[in-house]
Amino acid sequence: MIWFFLLSGIFLGWSLGANDAGNIFGTAVGTRMVKFKVAALVASVFVILGAVISGAGATTTLGHLGGINAIAGSFTVALASALTVTSMSRLKLPVSTTQVIIGGIVGWNWFTGSPTNFKVLTEIISTWFFSPVLSAIFALVIFKLVTFVLRKVHMHILEVDALTRAGLIVVGAFGAYSLGGNNIANVVGVFVPANPFDTIQIGNLFSLSGTQQLFLMGSLAISAGIYTYSGHVMKTIGNELYKLTPVTALVVVLSVSLVLFVFASQKLKIFLISLGLPPIPLVPVSSSQAVIGAVIGIGISKGGKGIHYNVVGKIALAWVTTPLVSCLLSFIMLFFVKNVFELRVVTF
Amino acid sequence: MKILFRKTKELESQIEEYLDLIDRAALVFVQGLRYYFDKRTDEFDQRYKDLRTMESKGDNLRREIENKLYVHTLIPESRGDVLGLLESSDEVLNRLAKTLLNFSIENPDIPEEFRALYLDLAQASSSAVESMVKAVRTYFRELQSVRDYINKAQFYEKESDKIAEKIKRLVFETDRDLSWKAHLRVFAHHIELIADDAEDVCDRLAIATAKRYE
Repeated sequence: MIWFFLLSGIFLGWSLGANDAGNIFGTAVGTRMVKFKVAALVASVFVILGAVISGAGATTTLGHLGGINAIAGSFTVALASALTVTSMSRLKLPVSTTQVIIGGIVGWNWFTGSPTNFKVLTEIISTWFFSPVLSAIFALVIFKLVTFVLRKVHMHILEVDALTRAGLIVVGAFGAYSLGGNNIANVVGVFVPANPFDTIQIGNLFSLSGTQQLFLMGSLAISAGIYTYSGHVMKTIGNELYKLTPVTALVVVLSVSLVLFVFASQKLKIFLISLGLPPIPLVPVSSSQAVIGAVIGIGISKGGKGIHYNVVGKIALAWVTTPLVSCLLSFIMLFFVKNVFELRVVTF
Repeated sequence: MKILFRKTKELESQIEEYLDLIDRAALVFVQGLRYYFDKRTDEFDQRYKDLRTMESKGDNLRREIENKLYVHTLIPESRGDVLGLLESSDEVLNRLAKTLLNFSIENPDIPEEFRALYLDLAQASSSAVESMVKAVRTYFRELQSVRDYINKAQFYEKESDKIAEKIKRLVFETDRDLSWKAHLRVFAHHIELIADDAEDVCDRLAIATAKRYE
């Protein structure tokens, strides 16, 4: 039965892989700089590494928002989220798995009467605005820097091409690692409080905690999503909002990766605290929003011409509707699971 | 870094070699014409043969470069422009060889008083080609300087227009046969077309450069 319940998490992981890997490698594959096979392999390996090694930070924050403590509840929230992602993608609306899962958790809190930690919720919602802005700033600065360097060093167009290709793979690997670390919380975060796995000890050196096993399972589902469905997304992403060249694509991926990293790195948080600076909350942020922020940042640095503002408007609208749809769907589905299937969706 | 650039270095040197070829062909053309006027037939024939060899070598090099760009899907966003530049540059090379071939076949009777003008015209066209080659070279490495060389190429093209016009007017002011006048006009026109072709390459280049600045 436990495995059945975990299926919705696997479904959610699959849809994250199908959609969000495009945010990391979409521009590289779309501009034909990196082959899909290479992109899928690098993305899969590094998503798994990122999830297992540094998935804990953002997951803990998500746990503070609402600790879904019955596996049927986790199942329903993850299923409602996955259905929201799939249906909104089918409607060609840019969807953020982060917003979906947050909406789902709040829906669970609402249905079960559990308190919602508004401090954490505000922190998370603020990152929905802050992360694209930060991504735009990163993109603007990096783009200016890259253009300045390229004008100074007089590299041959073919050398720039070779360097950009290598950069897209290396930065893509970093992005996939950060995506795994940051977004694994969206996939299996809701299962953590009701985690069914025990720690596995392999010899004396290596152990895999129950949560890490959940992360591994989730990241394998993400990889499956990358291999089976993301190719289509990768080939269409990127140019919709603004025409990207391979160099600007590299800037976008680097900016997105940095944003994902900043919101997932526990070490960075500790470092900032040690400097007496305000720490960045470890929150699952949306790679889709970060991409949009970065692309707009590049558009601004080029004088703001050529940005398709109607697309920006459509995206902004989706940012408001996504969590609401997911919250409502989660509430309705929990009602059915509890009253029709008579399953316990909360433990008091 | 060396491993990263190994493939591209080879292609880079092939592009350089191709541009060198066109640059040298323009010089050989002027030299060939000089020998033609000096009636140094053997040396003229040798220059003409050299140009034919350069033309076929250029064709092979261009095909090889184009093939590599496609097979390795290199510079996807500029590939169309680069291929267009290489192909239109090839037309310049062909025009140089074809013009000297026409001299060899038709053996036009150019009197002493016109020779300096024809050489000036050839020199202006050759300079247009030289500037065009420099402009194409800088497109690959130093985008900001492309405009300077395009300007020079355009200047020499205008010069060649003026000289060609002068030749045509002077030719038609003489009392010679219309057939002779027409023959000399055609040869002035042939040499003038070399600079026109170079200018066409520069026009393409200006657009390609603007696209890379986008």
